[in-house]
Amino acid sequence: MNETLLAMTGLKIWTIVFVVITFSIYLGIAWLARVKDTKGFFIAGGGVPAPANGMATAADWMSAASFISMAGLISGMGFAGGVYLMGWTGGYVLLALLLAPYLRKFGHFTVPDFIGDRYDSSTARLIALLCAIFVSFTYVVGQMKGVGVVFSGFLGVAPATGVFIGMAIVFVYAVFGGMKGITYTQVAQFWVLITAFLIPAVAISLKLTGSAIPSVGLASEVLPSVDPSQPYLLDKLNNLNQQFGFGSYTDAYGENAGKWNKLNVFCVCMALMAGTAGLPHVIVRFYTVKSVKAARWSAFWALGFISLLYLTAPSVAAFARYYMVDDIAGLNGKTVDELPQWYLDWNQTGLIAWVDFDGDGKVAFTNNLTTEVKRVTPQGLVPAFDEGMEWALADRKDFIAPNELMRIGGIPASERAKLIADPGAWVEANDGLTGAEKIELERLKNQAWSSLTDSQALREAPREELGRYLDLLRAQDENAREKLLALGGAHHPDRDIIVLATPQMAQLADWVVAFVIAGGLAAALSTASGLLLVISSSVAHDLYYKVMNPRASEQQRLLVGRVAIGVAVCIAGYFGINPPGFVGEVVAFAFGLAAASFFPAIVLGIFSKRVGTVPAVTGMLVGIGFTAFYIVTQKADVILLNAEVAEAIIGPAGQGLRTPWFFGIDAQGIGTVGMVLNFVVTVAMTPFCAAPSAKVRAMVDSIREPEDPDALSPAASH
Amino acid sequence: MSAPRSAPADEPLARLKAAYWRRNVTIMSCLLAVWAFVGLGCGILWADWLNQWSLGGVPLGFWFAQQGSIATFVVLILIYALAMNWLDADYHCRAAALKTASENGGAA
Repeated sequence: MNETLLAMTGLKIWTIVFVVITFSIYLGIAWLARVKDTKGFFIAGGGVPAPANGMATAADWMSAASFISMAGLISGMGFAGGVYLMGWTGGYVLLALLLAPYLRKFGHFTVPDFIGDRYDSSTARLIALLCAIFVSFTYVVGQMKGVGVVFSGFLGVAPATGVFIGMAIVFVYAVFGGMKGITYTQVAQFWVLITAFLIPAVAISLKLTGSAIPSVGLASEVLPSVDPSQPYLLDKLNNLNQQFGFGSYTDAYGENAGKWNKLNVFCVCMALMAGTAGLPHVIVRFYTVKSVKAARWSAFWALGFISLLYLTAPSVAAFARYYMVDDIAGLNGKTVDELPQWYLDWNQTGLIAWVDFDGDGKVAFTNNLTTEVKRVTPQGLVPAFDEGMEWALADRKDFIAPNELMRIGGIPASERAKLIADPGAWVEANDGLTGAEKIELERLKNQAWSSLTDSQALREAPREELGRYLDLLRAQDENAREKLLALGGAHHPDRDIIVLATPQMAQLADWVVAFVIAGGLAAALSTASGLLLVISSSVAHDLYYKVMNPRASEQQRLLVGRVAIGVAVCIAGYFGINPPGFVGEVVAFAFGLAAASFFPAIVLGIFSKRVGTVPAVTGMLVGIGFTAFYIVTQKADVILLNAEVAEAIIGPAGQGLRTPWFFGIDAQGIGTVGMVLNFVVTVAMTPFCAAPSAKVRAMVDSIREPEDPDALSPAASH
Repeated sequence: MSAPRSAPADEPLARLKAAYWRRNVTIMSCLLAVWAFVGLGCGILWADWLNQWSLGGVPLGFWFAQQGSIATFVVLILIYALAMNWLDADYHCRAAALKTASENGGAA
């Protein structure tokens, strides 16, 4: 699959150049910053300057999901995509205001440690530890998979080799450099990823709107060279979306907007906010600076740096939407000879594939996922050729052909090669029509009205022949589509290609595209290394030092930390290469579980001195239990091995528990309900249960006091 | 005050700490109120209503969801850093004054 892609040698050479340069920089920094003690290994000695710590936090925070996937998600979702922007940045505010200052004052390395000490219970510690490791792991596996996608898409190596290279790099600088090595490497990675994101965004913004600031470009009119009537960019997108049956790009809710209603948008956003606030790898960042004052400035720098990417992503999303959907610059209406280079490149990876289901030789990228032509009405898409055939008098522009842009990454290699070689021939070979039917269809295709776009010709067409023609078209589409989906294909291109392909869509220079690739790798590696360090410190500190061997020496703890991070890299790499089916689904829900489990326990632990062990532990169990149960019922097919097992345990799909049975809330947003349940249960039980001991109350008092400005980082004293 | 009396010199310090915590909670609540109003309110709950107006070519609700809320969050963290650093400095100043006063009192 790779050799064709790499026919574009210029891009390949640039990519190799950038990847080698950036990786050498990371390794060089790691070597210079290598450490010898646990303090340096777990919290970088607590002496990183605030702006540098802010950059490292930003690189930690902005994962492969932020860099590669987020703009693609927004591009497809329009307004509702804002939940990711608000969820992840709003969560940072919660973290910086509600949690971080107090956890820093508490002075231990991890969230499970705080929960264990505050509720004076090893059960609580263990629950929080399991949640933290689960959340971190699903997140790390996602990063590793991202590394594999980037490498396979551009360097022509197998995804497994890509993951292996990424693993080796992270292994070296995390095991030797610890937090110190990771922190300074992340500073370099921040610059790589932010410039890689901004350069193409600025270039495309200039090209489409004439504005050098992408956020301003989003609000501007397009240049006459793009559209002579110069509409606002977003108005143009709304029209394009409508023209091809997609919901409005900017409308918030209602018939015309995305799949989520107000309640769902709210719940998903809230779950992301509370969930990110609980992500352990960012909390630990508040320990790596000297004073509490520096910690606050570092939080400000971090969100400032993060906002550079987050304010630009909506513009990239909108630009990409234009290049995908537009019938001049984009794919719609293109014939096999007119397909743009970026499409041909990505076609090789199977993440986007045009399958000419109706055999008309033209691409149709629409929101019509059925097999018959539809038209747009205020009630949504309805069949265009219903009885009575009043359609013929209608304006042809509102006709939506069945969607032909699919993804075929999952289908067998031999079938994939045939499909890529000739999308039309593949359909003909798999249309399930008899010989006589094929001949008849061929004859009808040559009629004057067969393009179905000429009202005049259609009005004059013999009804019976036209009916037969439509039936044959539909049969051909149905059979071929069924075959493709059965083989493992799916509707709509993979959203992860959007950011990586946009510079190519806008025909920017090869080195820009190559730089974006290096940026994607930087984003994935920086987040993966930060999370792996948290996993290893959880194991070495919370499990080994606190539970198994409290008398462990400094050297022993450091060794356990290094071994744990090495093992964690290998496990994460293994699952990155062989992702179990459920991982992709679970990553999106890791936030929900974090929100429902430790967020309420930490907040109540800090702001109430009355909440004791029993209510907190019960609350956590209820929150996790409800959230996990709901997610399992919603995603039974992938989580419970396969469809048969799911049906045997929970019942047939689309019935009872396997519908969104809690007020229609999406599985991604259910963490919000779990979190509320956790709060309610804990608060309701508190008056009937024992108050915390004097020792715990004294501890809560101490974390509320201002930090002594002359003291070193509190964590440094442990 | 029903709490058992500790060393008399600690009482003003305890009051100072309590006052510090109250002001800390006030600052935090105000900032979180803005956070909720702009992010959850303008960006989600009232977004459809706000969409009737436009900022340049961007409907207002959409703008809050994808631009305005993020910019607001950055400003909130800036204000928090300034306010809390000032509050800390103020506390340490008062605590130092208390300490000097009690030492002087002890000497007299």
